Amino acid sequence: MTTSHAAPRAPQPSLSNVSLADRAYRIRRNALRMGEVQGQGYIAQALGIADVLAVSYFHAMRYRPEDPEWEERDRFLLSIGHYAIALYAALIEAGIIPEDELESYGTDDSRLPMSGMAAYTPGMEITGGSLGHGLGLAVGFSLGLKRKQSKSFVYCLFSDGELGEGSIWEGAWSASHWKLDNLIGLVDVNNQQADGPASQVTGFEPLAERFASFGWHVQRVDGNDIDALVAAFDEARNLAEQKPRIIICDTKMAKGVPFLEERERNHFLRVEPNEWRKAIELLDAGRTS
Amino acid sequence: MRRSKYTRPAWLGEQAEGGQGTADSPRLTTSAMIASLAGPDQRTKPAPFGHALAALAETRPEIVGLTADLAKYTDLHVFAKAHPERFYQMGMAEQLLISAAAGMAREGFMPFATTYAVFAARRAYDFICMAIAEENLNVKIVCALPGLTTGYGPSHQATEDIAIFRGMPNIAIIDPCDAHEIEQAVPAMAAHDGPVYMRLLRGNVPLVLDEYGYTFEFGKAKTLRDGNDVLIVSSGLMTMRALEAAEALANDNVDVAVLHVPTIKPLDEATILKETSRTGRMVVVAENHTIVGGLGEAVAGLLMRSGVFPTAFRQIALPDEFLDAGALPTLHDRYGLSVAAMTRSIKGWL
Repeated sequence: MTTSHAAPRAPQPSLSNVSLADRAYRIRRNALRMGEVQGQGYIAQALGIADVLAVSYFHAMRYRPEDPEWEERDRFLLSIGHYAIALYAALIEAGIIPEDELESYGTDDSRLPMSGMAAYTPGMEITGGSLGHGLGLAVGFSLGLKRKQSKSFVYCLFSDGELGEGSIWEGAWSASHWKLDNLIGLVDVNNQQADGPASQVTGFEPLAERFASFGWHVQRVDGNDIDALVAAFDEARNLAEQKPRIIICDTKMAKGVPFLEERERNHFLRVEPNEWRKAIELLDAGRTS
Repeated sequence: MRRSKYTRPAWLGEQAEGGQGTADSPRLTTSAMIASLAGPDQRTKPAPFGHALAALAETRPEIVGLTADLAKYTDLHVFAKAHPERFYQMGMAEQLLISAAAGMAREGFMPFATTYAVFAARRAYDFICMAIAEENLNVKIVCALPGLTTGYGPSHQATEDIAIFRGMPNIAIIDPCDAHEIEQAVPAMAAHDGPVYMRLLRGNVPLVLDEYGYTFEFGKAKTLRDGNDVLIVSSGLMTMRALEAAEALANDNVDVAVLHVPTIKPLDEATILKETSRTGRMVVVAENHTIVGGLGEAVAGLLMRSGVFPTAFRQIALPDEFLDAGALPTLHDRYGLSVAAMTRSIKGWL
């Protein structure tokens, strides 16, 4: 039970931050292409979290695209099942899901349902969507990995609005009790939930202090700054302290597509058919600017 | 029905509205009856679940035990003592208990998670449904105080747990009768690949079925006693009551058969249909559960779908109410689950 994760991990394949930015761009592009299939969805969140996913899948995590159940993989738990489109976009970029399945997103008999389901999709570790499940599951994954003396990490992505679910705090409390130094929480703070700004629905700050008081190692970064994310992930992975780690990621909804960034209510985006092409063009333009 | 807090107990006499009470007969207290269901002259075994799990774990290293601050009250403390490194105290957090069990199952372990039936069924429902049942994970949820087995009132009486879990796909439901059956059910549920909910009798648990040459088999109903006039179909502790009621009714020349149905889901339809199809017998379904959505309605639905119409169909079950607090023997008699009440009911229906 006391297997330490303090030892530095094997170095990751060398990837410059420029190429991580390129990964993030392609994750965004994949998400927009899937969004176009449905004409609507949690697009703004996918665009916002793309940098975090790029750093997760192309800097921090160990996995084998051809073997999504590889025992020594790091686990990525998507608590916010609504963000499935974002994770699919990353899994496609990582080669875990074939790119040609992108067009099946949310269609009948697809492996890519609109909300994340573990039984459907390679690389989808848990069924999220009913919010507040991920962190408790992450505690169980982390305890199980420690029993097996595994060196794998458990990453768990949840969101600011989701912090209203009491089960998150049961998980937060438990993770520090069990000294889960193989657990890295990622919170997407985009301040937007179904009924409006998360800070107004039920204010969630001071977030860093709250997690610190629960015994977590806390970092807070600009979730759209890849260099900052790389540094935060490295610190989280290499920390000597036997405590769970959290990276609070402040992200911008619809990041990378200016006209969508400006929409006041972009929790669940409805985009006109002619706007998708424009969105991708703007994304492409932003990539080189 | 809602009780009035302004009405003093009649037996206190003074200021009472309802006569002089019955001060000459001793009043049972709630606390004396919490620990055990066993009658004073019943044979018992202590903590059969805890001992069976600890024994099974000797040869099954993947078994882990989790609880939400109720190890001592679900007999899991026996396992915790035998295998301390495999025991996880998750604290008073049932959503976490279930989620963590699911996570450990995903990592290849076989978690036995324990709490009270009310907390699993009501509080952790969404977590059991999404994290365990939808994924068909190999988690065993073992819950004390099923149905009416405490006088602590509705906060602790899981009168609707079977109805709740019957509606959940994938999960199996076991309602064992006694210590003998619990001991056999533990390895059987471990051998079943998938989630199981077991209603647990804890503490000093009565020992009855060993005298019937009975062996628990997952998914099987078994005839414990034959009879020509009445067929009692029962689960859980109501089977031991049914056996006693059958003895009592035999003295009145009523010939009662008892079909024990410990696995509520999946239901042993073939055996139930075979027994209920026999002509000339009144069918009485007896269960420690609300009349809504339990074994009685499961059997009724099966019979209707199958075109089987017994001479008469009756149910012995808890009413569709929030039940009283009080001493368990009093409540079992009040709500019809005692041997005496069962016997009265069946005689009245004949």
